[in-house]
Amino acid sequence: MIVFEDVAKRYAGGYTALAGVSFEIRHGELVVLSGHSGAGKSTLLKLIPAIERPSAGAVRINGEDVSRLPRRAIPYLRRNLGLVLQESRLLFDRSVFDNVMLPLAITGHPPGDAARRVAAALERVGLEGRGKEMPAGLSGGEQQRVAIARAIVNRPSVLLADEPTAHLDPASAAGIANLFKSFNGAGVTVLVSTHDASLFATSAPRRLTLVKGLLSEDA
Amino acid sequence: MSNWLYLHLRAIAQASGRLARQPLGTLLSALVMGIALSLPAGGYLLLDNVASMARGVSGTPEISVFMDAAAAAEDAAAIEKRLRADPQLASFRFVPRDEALKQLAAGGLGDVLGGLESNPLPDAFVVTLRTGDPEVFDTLAAQMRAWPKVAHVQLDSGWVKRLHALLALGRSAVVMLAALLGFALVIVTFNTIRLQIMTQRNEIEVSRLLGATDPFIRRPFYWFGSLQGMLGGLVALGAVWLGVMGLSAPVAALAETYGAVFALSGPQWPESVAIVLFAAFLGWLGAEISVRRHLAGT
Ligand SMILES: Nc1ncnc2c1ncn2[C@@H]1O[C@H](COP(=O)(O)OP(=O)(O)OP(=O)(O)O)[C@@H](O)[C@H]1O
Ligand SMILES: [Mg+2]
Repeated sequence: MIVFEDVAKRYAGGYTALAGVSFEIRHGELVVLSGHSGAGKSTLLKLIPAIERPSAGAVRINGEDVSRLPRRAIPYLRRNLGLVLQESRLLFDRSVFDNVMLPLAITGHPPGDAARRVAAALERVGLEGRGKEMPAGLSGGEQQRVAIARAIVNRPSVLLADEPTAHLDPASAAGIANLFKSFNGAGVTVLVSTHDASLFATSAPRRLTLVKGLLSEDA
Repeated sequence: MSNWLYLHLRAIAQASGRLARQPLGTLLSALVMGIALSLPAGGYLLLDNVASMARGVSGTPEISVFMDAAAAAEDAAAIEKRLRADPQLASFRFVPRDEALKQLAAGGLGDVLGGLESNPLPDAFVVTLRTGDPEVFDTLAAQMRAWPKVAHVQLDSGWVKRLHALLALGRSAVVMLAALLGFALVIVTFNTIRLQIMTQRNEIEVSRLLGATDPFIRRPFYWFGSLQGMLGGLVALGAVWLGVMGLSAPVAALAETYGAVFALSGPQWPESVAIVLFAAFLGWLGAEISVRRHLAGT
């Protein structure tokens, strides 16, 4: 359902972050994207919700080339993707509840049903009853869980996460990794990047590796 | 539909929240806008009062049509028929020459008139018009002068003309003032929204990443501008009312020295609503320009 066809990305400064990247992710797969710092993991993930546009090649989701979507169609693409960015990008002047509510507010979801969904999402990431707290008062791992709850509150069929375990201690990181595995177990297609190759080792997922913008796939 | 409603309700809540979170800033902006708007609003009201006072003092302006001294009763009847047929007249009254003489005599000129052998006064019609428009006045008088057996047409339009010219001048001044100060209000809103967009960059970016459309991002700013404008409009109304209350006693005293009874009237409902809506529109316009300028391509 997610297909990269010979995708290249050169940034404005002339730096080539991705070169000739091709792969396909099928519905319901769990794929781990690994690579050293600066290998192009974030760049690759940002091409899917059209945060960045490829310099060459095509990025298809369910057959549609998102790199050629008109600007006004992009919001509707993003609403169907759960997005956890490298910087968790929470709003620190809002409660945890309001942060998780944001995607539903954007789509004009009725408040009553939205509140139930937010509570369910918080429970799913292990933060039940913490909605009234402010993000600044949470630990790094808990903040990451808030960002994950925000990504799943719309019940997307695809979840993209960019180094969701960075800066976390091993126990918290393992907890987050288990969360993604359980989402995948519920049928969600998951693409998660990490520089910690050991993280998903126990579940032996499909693994894509980037080295200086070139992709290779582990057998 | 309900989805659309939730989106607007959320935008209104967000905009009011921003206003409420900075009470001092909101108050100061509303005062600046209100005071600026109260000038043209007050000017408009003043002109309105002057116009109605002029109507009250003079009554509706009149035209006197004097018949030729040799005119017979049939001639007067013919003129009466013409007057009756004219839709621009509010009313007219026939003053027969005998009655005119009696009025003069009763007015203290009895001795003088007593010495006359015959009545020197002609029959006359006193005509009131539906309008105070001096142009209608002039054309009508010119028509009447051409009627048969009409000796003289006299109209008290000199001061009516002058008053109308003055009121027209005043209205142009009020319009110019409103345009100028309205422009200032648009600029104030433009800048407020510009600062808001700058402080909310992060929220705007995150919302876009989560699938927010341009209208979703812009809506709270439109509401903010409109609500702030509305507050300014309310302050302007309050200022005008204060002015009316403060001036009504001295104005009444002044009118009394002219033997007139006159009460200064404040803005009525339609005018009040118009002022507030106009201010809201200016706020919206400031937001629109700011949003177009600062949110494009983010
Ligand atoms: N907006 C940008 N403009 C110019 N160059 C960029 C931009 N974003 C990334 N790059 C460059 O592209 C390369 C790949 O960056 P990217 O963020 O995709 O790497 P990464 O694999 O996510 O690294 P990390 O593990 O450190 O997050 C880097 O050399 C980076 O400097
Ligand atoms: Mg990265």
